[in-house]
Amino acid sequence: MSRQHIISVLLENESGALSRVAGLFSARAYNIESLTVAPTLDESLSRLTLVTIGSEETIEQIKKQLNKLVDVVKLIDLSESFSLERELALVKVKKSAAIVQRIEALDSDTLARIADETDGYLIVELSGENAWLDDFLQDMQDDVIEVVRTGVIGLSRGERALTL
Amino acid sequence: MVELSGGEIVIQSLKDEGVEYVFGYPGGCVLHIYDAIFKQEDVKHVLVRHEQGATHAADGYARSSGKPGVVLVTSGPGATNAVTGIATAYMDSIPMVVITGQVPRPVIGTDAFQEVDTVGITRPCVKHNFLVKDVTDIAETMKKAFYLATSGRPGPVVVDIPKDITDPNIKVPYQYPSKVTMRSYSPVVSGDIGQTIKAIKLIKEARRPVIYSGGGVILGEASNELRELCRTLNFPVTQTLMGLGAFPGTDPQSIGMLGMHGTYEANMAMHESDLIIAIGARFDDRVTGKIAEFCPHAKIIHIDVDPASISKTITVDVPIVGQVKPILLDMLAQLKSLGETFDRARIADWWKQIEDWRAVDCMAYDKNSGTIKPQYVIEQLYQVTKGEAFVTSDVGQHQMFAAQFYPFDKPRRWINSGGLGTMGFGLPAAMGVKFAHPEADVACVTGEGSIQMCLQELSTMLQYDTPVKIINLNNGYLGMVRQWQEFTYKSRYSHSYMEALPDFKKLAEAYGHVGMQISKKEDVEPALREAFAMKDRTVFLDFLTDREENVYPMIEAGKAHNDMVMAPNSKYKRILA
Repeated sequence: MSRQHIISVLLENESGALSRVAGLFSARAYNIESLTVAPTLDESLSRLTLVTIGSEETIEQIKKQLNKLVDVVKLIDLSESFSLERELALVKVKKSAAIVQRIEALDSDTLARIADETDGYLIVELSGENAWLDDFLQDMQDDVIEVVRTGVIGLSRGERALTL
Repeated sequence: MVELSGGEIVIQSLKDEGVEYVFGYPGGCVLHIYDAIFKQEDVKHVLVRHEQGATHAADGYARSSGKPGVVLVTSGPGATNAVTGIATAYMDSIPMVVITGQVPRPVIGTDAFQEVDTVGITRPCVKHNFLVKDVTDIAETMKKAFYLATSGRPGPVVVDIPKDITDPNIKVPYQYPSKVTMRSYSPVVSGDIGQTIKAIKLIKEARRPVIYSGGGVILGEASNELRELCRTLNFPVTQTLMGLGAFPGTDPQSIGMLGMHGTYEANMAMHESDLIIAIGARFDDRVTGKIAEFCPHAKIIHIDVDPASISKTITVDVPIVGQVKPILLDMLAQLKSLGETFDRARIADWWKQIEDWRAVDCMAYDKNSGTIKPQYVIEQLYQVTKGEAFVTSDVGQHQMFAAQFYPFDKPRRWINSGGLGTMGFGLPAAMGVKFAHPEADVACVTGEGSIQMCLQELSTMLQYDTPVKIINLNNGYLGMVRQWQEFTYKSRYSHSYMEALPDFKKLAEAYGHVGMQISKKEDVEPALREAFAMKDRTVFLDFLTDREENVYPMIEAGKAHNDMVMAPNSKYKRILA
């Protein structure tokens, strides 16, 4: 049975390291739903978070093949434990009273705000779980002019951490 | 501290690494490095005729000696020509360090003359690669390259060096690191003892066990431990194409190669087995056949240094990750402490069954044929060389005939491109073997198709005096392609027929070697004797063989182990009746 997994990887901050990861996925025909990468506080390391879908066997192979890459220092499968995941989206819409009302009516523990208003156009900043974003954007699709999403990031809850 | 230029550092690193030979071809971006080669005598350079030849020669050197092969080529076409050889080494986990020149740093990315993204192109077929960006990084990168290439699951490593950092006018302090550690790379050595104990439990219970041994035993220098394990257990042993020689092929305990062109007894034993002990083997598709019907009754123990090889295609019951040698030593110690006897009598019914399968004589061919059967040539080659030669091969029918009819009793004697299946491998590989073993008999078993893919190296072989015997099984067809076309395309021989073949005898002579053409069966053995008596000459033996002989048995693609096309001359039908 295929399931979505969020895999976080500490990667040597070397040129070409990202292409090794991306190349592995294309060469072995693995799925990438999203991939996000940025430096960490330790500037010699990047942290990469990828979302992939596959059977247990495929996910196991993906983790082994990632670990085999010389630039991969360590990885963690966030889906194996209780983790917090977030994705940020910026959405451009034409300003209307209905839209503003809708944003303001959102639950207070949801992160959504109007980040910019220029010439009658709004940029709405949304942050939440990937599935919530999907649903929200689906509802708004007739109004959406442009959308950009960061891809999922996440941390495991409690003591467990991906560190050296 | 001594001060050296980048070019000198490259060569001094090789010297400090104990490298004896570099197989290479000069060009613009490696000229500074070649100048450094010129000024010393410790590292010897072999000038090939094509960069593919350099990689295969280094590969043959590595496979036959256990030491890493080293290649030096220029940027652009030098690097791209090397790619086939790099991929060949990658698929068979052969330790190799390939140094490629790159255009100077300031022009990288400008489509400069002879510029290509070498790191990008080679990325999917190397264990790792580096683009060195500073002269002060060369020594450490070289150390890392050798460490990566030779440790864990070995493989080729590419070091791409821009020309400007090899400038003879820029000197920096040089010290070759005595060791290197990488936080992101720590290959497993010993196996988990708990797993070994689980394996022993299965071994004790097994009634129809098979030891399935692969190339990892040879790479891991564990042939002696494998032999001891096999002797202790008295289980039947089958070996993969890459593993031949780790256990003696002439030993009655050996049931031959398994897989697509494996023996009837090996494939049937796998199919009926209740325990498979896979050692340094990776369940390649040519071995497993149809995955869904692979070893349906067996529990599987899998020893491998690469965790990613475990349960990749076949789910195993007891994986043991680590180097083969220490794990086999653990197993032997555990078995000893058991105090049980694993004699043949313990699994007498199983051996009886296997002997019945063996009696089928699955590879039998028509010995009364008036034509030169390719199998006959290999049998005679075995006789004439007393089974002691290093045998390289290209890819196709001749490769399978050599694997089937030349039993290897020692590891590292059988040198072939198993994973990638690279035609053109055999001749340069044979040359590489000869550099590692100057006194040994080296034979290159090839066909008229394969030999023409790296034929230019005949010239290198004359220059460096590396006498090899070329056994050309010439049937005028791309034999394996023709065989598949016969079996699955109703004999529609689409472009598998070689027209306008050269006169190989004259061709060999033109290159300064000895050429022979053998068209009669009775001349096969005398010709081989004559050729091998010429110790210091490369001899090209062009055998005009039976044109449409097939390799048997054959498991057609996607079929199971117990579904084999048998040799017409085997006793298959009689046994069944």
